[in-house]
Formats: sequence, C-alpha cells, structure tokens
Amino acid sequence: MPDRLTVLSPTGHLGFTPIETGSFQVGVERRPDFLIADSGSCDIGPHPLGADEHPSPQAWQRHDLEVMLLAARRLGVPMVVGSASDTGTDRGVEQYARIIRELAHAHRLPAFRLATISAEVRPEDLLRRLEEGQRIAGLDGRPDLTVDVLKRTSRAVAVMGVEPIIRALDLGADVIVAGRSSDSALFAAPAIRAGFPEAAAYYLGKVLECASFAAEPFMGKESILGTVTHEAVTVTAMHPGQRCTPASLASHAMYERADPFFERLPGGVLDMTHCRYEQHDEKTTRVTGFAFRRDPAYRVKLEGAGRVGERALSIAGIRDPYTIRHIDQVIAWARGKVEEAWGQPGERYRLFYHVYGRDGVMGAWEPQAAITSQELCLVVEAVADRWEDAEIICALGTRNLFYARLPEVKGTAGTAALMMDEVLRGKPGYEWTVNHVIGVRDPLEFFRVTVAEVTG
Amino acid sequence: MRGTRPLVDLAKTIRSKNAGVDQITFDVIFADRASYDLVRRSRALTRETVAALYRIPPDRITTFVEYEPGLAIKFTIRRDRPSGSPGERDVFGSQQYPPLFQVPIPVPE
Repeated sequence: MPDRLTVLSPTGHLGFTPIETGSFQVGVERRPDFLIADSGSCDIGPHPLGADEHPSPQAWQRHDLEVMLLAARRLGVPMVVGSASDTGTDRGVEQYARIIRELAHAHRLPAFRLATISAEVRPEDLLRRLEEGQRIAGLDGRPDLTVDVLKRTSRAVAVMGVEPIIRALDLGADVIVAGRSSDSALFAAPAIRAGFPEAAAYYLGKVLECASFAAEPFMGKESILGTVTHEAVTVTAMHPGQRCTPASLASHAMYERADPFFERLPGGVLDMTHCRYEQHDEKTTRVTGFAFRRDPAYRVKLEGAGRVGERALSIAGIRDPYTIRHIDQVIAWARGKVEEAWGQPGERYRLFYHVYGRDGVMGAWEPQAAITSQELCLVVEAVADRWEDAEIICALGTRNLFYARLPEVKGTAGTAALMMDEVLRGKPGYEWTVNHVIGVRDPLEFFRVTVAEVTG
Repeated sequence: MRGTRPLVDLAKTIRSKNAGVDQITFDVIFADRASYDLVRRSRALTRETVAALYRIPPDRITTFVEYEPGLAIKFTIRRDRPSGSPGERDVFGSQQYPPLFQVPIPVPE
C-alpha cells in the first residue's frame, strides 16, 4: 500500500471559464497520481438540467478537457471528470466522451481506456418507486416527494458517491467521465480505493473540489495540489502568488455550505468539528482531526427540474419623480389591466415586476424602504404555457405602465420610458422540483459504468 | 461611554452564496481574533437580529453558527422559492449580504 497519494485539482467548475494553464503546468511537474475536476453546479439554475442543455460554451469545455487529457496521458495517470457538462445528464456524459475521443484522435494519443458513468434517472422510474411505497425524503425543509411534483419534473439525476468511480478504476479506466457526482467523492474515490482512511479521503475531496478557492488571495481557475497520507491531508497552492493557509482552508469549509462543520455525502457525513490546521510550509497547510461517520442506510441525493412555462421580458424606465413615489400604484394599475383580460395570475400565467433602484435584487428581504434614485428600471417578466400568451401578457403589463392613472400626474403623454417597444423571448422557465434523498440497497443502483478502448 | 462601528469596518469578508437550491448562506469572516470576539460578544449579530434585518421570521434561518476555525459568523436562510424559479432576482444568491454592512457594533471608546 502506498504511503501517500497526490491529486491535482485545476478548476472548481470545468468548462465554466477556461482553466489557467500556468499553475496547472506547475502542478503537472509535481507528478501527481491523479488529475481530477468537477464540472457540475446547481448555481446556474434549473434550466440547464430541465432543458438538458449545456450552459458552458463547448469551446471552453474542450479547452479544459484537452489541458487535462494531454497532461494525464503524458504522465500516464488517471483523469477523472465529474458531473459532465454541468448537469451530469446522459447527454453531458456523451458530449464529454465524444470530445475526449476527438481529442485523442486529433493528438494521435496511444490507446487508453475510457469509462463513462451514467447518472440520469427517468422520472417514471421514480414514480414507480413512489407507487411501490418507497419514501423519497425532502432536503433543506422540503416535504417528501409526491406524485404531483414528480409529474412536473422534466429531467432528474442521481448524485453518485465513490463506488461507481472505484468500479471504473477497478475496470482499468485511464479516463473517467462521470455523470452527476458528489464533488468530494470524485477526489475521495482513488484515495479510498488505495486504502487511505475514509475521513482523510473525503476531507481531501472537500478541500480540493473548488481548486484555488481554498487558497489566498482570491483567484479562480488556478490549480492546487492535495496529498493524503494515513494521518493527514496537506494542500499546496500551485500559483506563484497564492498560498494555502489555515485561514484559507478553514474558510473554504464554509463556502457554499449551510454548515461549516458537517459535509453530507452519499453514505455518510464528514465531520470537520475538530479539524486542526497548521501552516506546513509557505504555500502548504496541513490538516488533521477530521472524522467520517457512515449512515446506517446508504442514501443517494436526487436532483430534478421541471418546466414552468415560456418566459417573456421587457424593460421600462421611470424618470418622473411623482411616478417614482407612486410606483406601487403604477404597477397595480398595469397588473389590473392584465387581470381584466387574463384573470387572476396562477395556473394560466404569472407576472413579475422587478423594480431595479428599489428592491430589484432583494425583493421582500430589502430592509431599505426609501427610493433614493432619480430613476427606476422595471423589468417585466411574464410566464405562460404558450409563448404567444407570455408575449402578449408581457406587452400588456408593460405598455400599461404608460397609462397608469395617477391623480396628479403632469406628464400625460406617458409615464414610462420604453427601452424598446418589443418583448424579448427568454429561455423557458424551469423550477427545481427535486432536492431529495432516496435509500438504496446498492450504491451503484442508479449508475451504469461502461468502459471502452479509445485509440488515437 | 461607548461608540459603535459598522460591521463592514470590522470584517474582512461579508458574502452570500447559494447553499444548494433552497438556501442562501452568509459568511462574515474576520481577519483577527479581536474583531471576531468583539462582534461575537456584542450580540449584534444573532439569529434574532438578522431575522429582523431581513424582515423574516427567525425560523427561516436554518443554521446560525460561530465558526471558530474560520474566525467567522455564519448563517443560512431558506429561500422564498428554489433558485432560478420564475420571478428570480439573484440566481447565485450572491448579492444578499449588503444590508449586513451597516449593522452597528458597540466598541470600547
């Protein structure tokens, strides 16, 4: 058994913006045992999953995969990419696998084994499980999954733990393209397979998954190098201007997570309550004291998004100070005109007025009531099942900003400035319908591992 | 006699960001223990004061922790609706922190 294993992490979100190659090459020269990167994110909203589209430009995805693939094949070490093409659907996995094959051909790479791991779950399969009485429990305060919510779900994925990746490595994979994956599990899998303690392996994953966000000062897309031993995890910044410090690593534990002490993973929880952080050398921090507790039953997280309708948008400006003071009445007038024609908002349509200059960013959470600007920007957003309806509702709700009947208005030729008299077509609206967990008998239950030889 | 200073003068980082699709988490991070302890002990930042500032019931705050290793105070708020739903104002949840800037912190003269 080896006494240490090193992993290079070049980016926290493969393809989102291109990897910075300088610090990556510094990392490659340290001859890591694995190159691993996560491509997934829920931050981009429910549209990419629901519509099964890739939000990142294919040119950037190709760039990042090329940077990693060429280095991995040159070093002769495995490369792992998770949550392919942001959402980790079958389309994303196939897209990344195709890019890898094209790159292998273009660079005439010696033959290697490519594993793909699918993670997509058909809503009908989940429906069958619900009908069989299986509980699909809500996360973050959500109720349990119901048939109604599932019927509104266009597409769903399961989030894999370490087991499918370990299986792919066991099958001799040199390159692994995984569907939706737990970020930490991608990095933990080879360490657990090599016999390192689960706690250290999962902590390695937790700290490496966002690459240079765990270092300081703030820089994105730079590489960091993690080393796991049987006692500790050490992390080193590869960019000449960055360092990994106790503060930068400890801060990273809370980034994007509700709780900085506990990281929920498929099959258990990583406990960071008693972590100790020590500066090891100028650019390296050493961490000990993590713990991992297995759950009594293995549970897998599910993510799903459903289509809500077509979206239309338009933009109006308000400059009259009297109109600005009465902006709520103006909006109420415009809403009223839409309701006269289309009835109350609800199933048939929805209409939103975003008032930039007042509470456009924070809505009801905005503590400052007073409007202090001399002008406001209104974005009108209409959602309806059919585009033609969304368009006409948006136009009606915008043009009536113009005709609001205020008792003392002086500018009777129009109380709003239209940036253009047109309605813009937004991407269809989607909503996160599934943020749940399901118990499984086998950690591989939702995932299919396939290995094929790629010849340049 | 004691004065006050706004939180923005005492913290190194004040940020917000999605924590999953249903929650937004807030990190107030200090550069040194003295500032961290001053704010922590002032009780100016608690579940109740934050709820009042954001005009939400305190039970909408799902986590409120003092995070010693990061010299940080951290809390998490359940969203009105999942991120990116129609009517969304902040898909990444990344601009919900500025009201924290002006929270007055009592300081010794």
